[in-house]
Amino acid sequence: MRGKRDKHRRPPAAKGGVTRRDFLRGAGVTVSGGLLVGTQVGKAAQAPASSAVAGPGAVPVTLHVNGKVHRLQLEPRVTLLEALRNELDLTGAKKVCDRGVCGSCTVFVDRRPAYACDLLAIEAEGHQITTIEGIGSKDKLSPVMHAFVEHDAQQCGFCTPGFVMACTAFLERNPNPTLEEVEKGLGGNLCRCGTYAGIRLAVLDAAKAMKGGSHA
Amino acid sequence: MPKCKYDWPEAGDRGLIGESIDRVDGAVKSSGRARYSYDVHPSGMLYARMLTCPYAHAKITSMDTSAAEKLPGVKAVLVIQPVGSEIQWAGDEIVAVATTSEAAADDALRLIKVEYDQLPFLVNEEDLSKAGDRAKPSAEQKSGDPDTAFKDPDAVISEGYYGAQVITHCCLETHGSMADWRPDGKLKTWSSTQSVSDLPGQIGEGLRLQKVDIQNSDIETVCQYIGGGFGSKFSPDRWGIVVAQLSKQTGKPVRLMLERDQDLEVAGARPSYYGKVRVAGKKDGTITGWDSDTWGTGGMGPSGNPPVPYVLEGIPNQLKKHTRVNTNIGPSRAWRAPNHPQAAILTMCALDDLADKLGMDPIELLKKNIDFAPEILRQAYVEELDKAAELAEWKKYWHPRGDKTPGHLKRGLGVSIHTWGGRGHASTCLIAIHPDGSVDVKLGSQDLGTGTRTVIAITVAQTLGLPVDGVNVMIGDSAYPKSGASGGSTTVGGVSGSTRRGAIDARDQLFAVVAPALGVEPTQLESVNGRIQVTGDPSKSLSWKQACAKLGVKTIEAQGKNPGQCKLGDSGVGGAQIADVTVDTETGLVKINRMVAAQDCGLIIDMKTAESQVYGALTMGVTYSLFEEKVMDDQTGIMLNPNMEFYKLAGIGDIGELVVHMMTGPGYDERGVIGLGEPPVISPGAAICNAVTNAIGVRVPTIPITPEKVLAALAKGGMA
Ligand code: FES
Ligand code: FES
Repeated sequence: MRGKRDKHRRPPAAKGGVTRRDFLRGAGVTVSGGLLVGTQVGKAAQAPASSAVAGPGAVPVTLHVNGKVHRLQLEPRVTLLEALRNELDLTGAKKVCDRGVCGSCTVFVDRRPAYACDLLAIEAEGHQITTIEGIGSKDKLSPVMHAFVEHDAQQCGFCTPGFVMACTAFLERNPNPTLEEVEKGLGGNLCRCGTYAGIRLAVLDAAKAMKGGSHA
Repeated sequence: MPKCKYDWPEAGDRGLIGESIDRVDGAVKSSGRARYSYDVHPSGMLYARMLTCPYAHAKITSMDTSAAEKLPGVKAVLVIQPVGSEIQWAGDEIVAVATTSEAAADDALRLIKVEYDQLPFLVNEEDLSKAGDRAKPSAEQKSGDPDTAFKDPDAVISEGYYGAQVITHCCLETHGSMADWRPDGKLKTWSSTQSVSDLPGQIGEGLRLQKVDIQNSDIETVCQYIGGGFGSKFSPDRWGIVVAQLSKQTGKPVRLMLERDQDLEVAGARPSYYGKVRVAGKKDGTITGWDSDTWGTGGMGPSGNPPVPYVLEGIPNQLKKHTRVNTNIGPSRAWRAPNHPQAAILTMCALDDLADKLGMDPIELLKKNIDFAPEILRQAYVEELDKAAELAEWKKYWHPRGDKTPGHLKRGLGVSIHTWGGRGHASTCLIAIHPDGSVDVKLGSQDLGTGTRTVIAITVAQTLGLPVDGVNVMIGDSAYPKSGASGGSTTVGGVSGSTRRGAIDARDQLFAVVAPALGVEPTQLESVNGRIQVTGDPSKSLSWKQACAKLGVKTIEAQGKNPGQCKLGDSGVGGAQIADVTVDTETGLVKINRMVAAQDCGLIIDMKTAESQVYGALTMGVTYSLFEEKVMDDQTGIMLNPNMEFYKLAGIGDIGELVVHMMTGPGYDERGVIGLGEPPVISPGAAICNAVTNAIGVRVPTIPITPEKVLAALAKGGMA
């Protein structure tokens, strides 16, 4: 359990003061829980912040991702998103705003949706992380992925993995959504190409498809 | 006249063409497996970042990079603009670093010390009186006798002020690339680009300007997937040169993607456009004169000069003045349908005001004057206006200006029409039919999410009588035959033309091989339903596989080109849109009830991705009409919202119902393929402005229509 691990509250102090990036990452332990998307806050947020310090250099971090265990050496300031993309080559989660606004980096933390850019990798220790690579593949599309293709709910596709994850989590909590609920429940993801019309249809359709219990 | 051999099939014979077909890369995208430039990550790759200038206008007086150079993990420090350089916008690139981790790059940038002398700047141009000598009169045009037209005592004259803000592109994948300069001297880049075929030449030129030696032929650019471009990703940009230099210097692959704030500050802006417009008309609605005094900024470069009066370009007696304002806001770039959304706002809002003055329905006013539009589109506009009116229930919901129903929620409808060219660009492809029956199509094109791969697959599949998945589309690599950049809605016409011609020639070669086996002349064969058969006689046929097996070990190859023989495409489309909004006069919030688009684009290859273009354009249109703005600070000269919480994009709950109708059939299809990316994004701004005016009875002059502006307009005299 990660509560045992020492955590830093601040990244290594390079000269020149604390930047926004440092602040976000350094404060992540206490801040990020509040930024987890979903109705409840993940365990990470409930663990009291330790006053001890990890880092500034790399520390061992064990991540459980898509059912596999990965032992990594990471600086404590590395976000979960960076760890997934740069260390594990799981690039379905995208870095777009890098500050918890757009949802393009959405993953599941213990099956709840979370913005991976808003969590430190060390905070994710002890939790089951699921990325889009863990819920389906090109040849074995999940019901939501399938509905996205069918309703052309994607153009450039850069927002799509985040949306697929958000939609999947949304439908698990709300298997019979109304259009209004879809529009509210998916307000945490942004698309620039303008695929919302297709996404609305895809979610409603996937809801029907998932009734058979064929969850992703 | 003999039918030309490459012509599109006649109606009834088009098979896949025009059907609603899933995009061929849908599964790879929705499963998160599509690899964008941002995702390419070979082992040993270094991360590059750039230090940028914090001032809107400044001169670099000193620089010290020594501490950064000594930091562990730093592999290269490259000065982009040396001491003495004059910087013209905040966010301009000064120094780049390449490091072993993203975090080390941040640390290194913080250790670099740069000092500047600040210089005077201007970053806001709507108030022209403050622009001083930054305002440069750039065009004045006169036709007919505007003076007399506006003095005519019988003329009804409307007068107004309208405008559109500076917005950015905000592609979700920021600009940038991964560059790998290999020991053999060859450079390969994975670039987020709208211009795969042209990029190596541009990169080569950029490198040689930096005194780095390389031949264009030693550069290859790959872009399989791109996370948005919208007109902002045609060139490698300075960072595309820098990343190659860093790779050469370090001997490692290096990735340099812009940070979000940099992307919003420097990687693209749509020029603003403001103007005072007068329109003269007769009581019967015939427009008799146009007078506009306009200005706008595109940073230090050209601001563009939007074509007004828009669509109704034949309005007699015009006087037009335009002033360009040089500002330190960063460079402008082509933004989906350059100049047109701005022109639509000034024109369609001014005409809406004239209609109101005349007591006319604005749709009737447009139709009454439709002969001022280019002849080829007049009929289409009338049909599109009628169709849009029907779908928007115009007769039921439109009312003279100002919703008189009691309460604070006011509903209104507004209309706009638009045009675009969209002729296919130059494109070359190579089509191979292999003895095992597989078919490859190679071309150096790119799919921006518009459906280019799908259109190519459908074109070739239909021509060869195969299913869509019988065609292997290979694009996104400059090693393939050269095909044009994806801009200006030129791609679909270009790639459908080249691949249609190539596929016909490849098919004819196959016919020549197969004909003896079927005991007929090659000209008597057709390829349909996965078979090669004697025309109209399925009993004399070979399956596609059997036919291809006759090739022995030889692959058939054919080149296809656009432009070329036979008319496969055209230029010039029209479209009409209607916005239906509700405005809360207490909060100033505008809610979109419905957006309706009736759009033509000649012959449609894939109905599904075509409609997606229009849905997307309506959504983007709502976004730039209500939310987006590059907000610049007069005091500091910097952009105040270079992030996605304050540079606002519409969310899934903000767009209302979207209704899309594609105009097809006689009068449209026989024009051949015409591009669609730009046109539907043009009208939303004007239609929404007019709908808000129709709802509250007073005009909010400029977009974005924020609650603050709505309340200010109401305070001046609306329905509150
Ligand atoms: S990248 Fe994480 S929310 Fe935008
Ligand atoms: S599909 Fe391009 S950002 Fe959503």
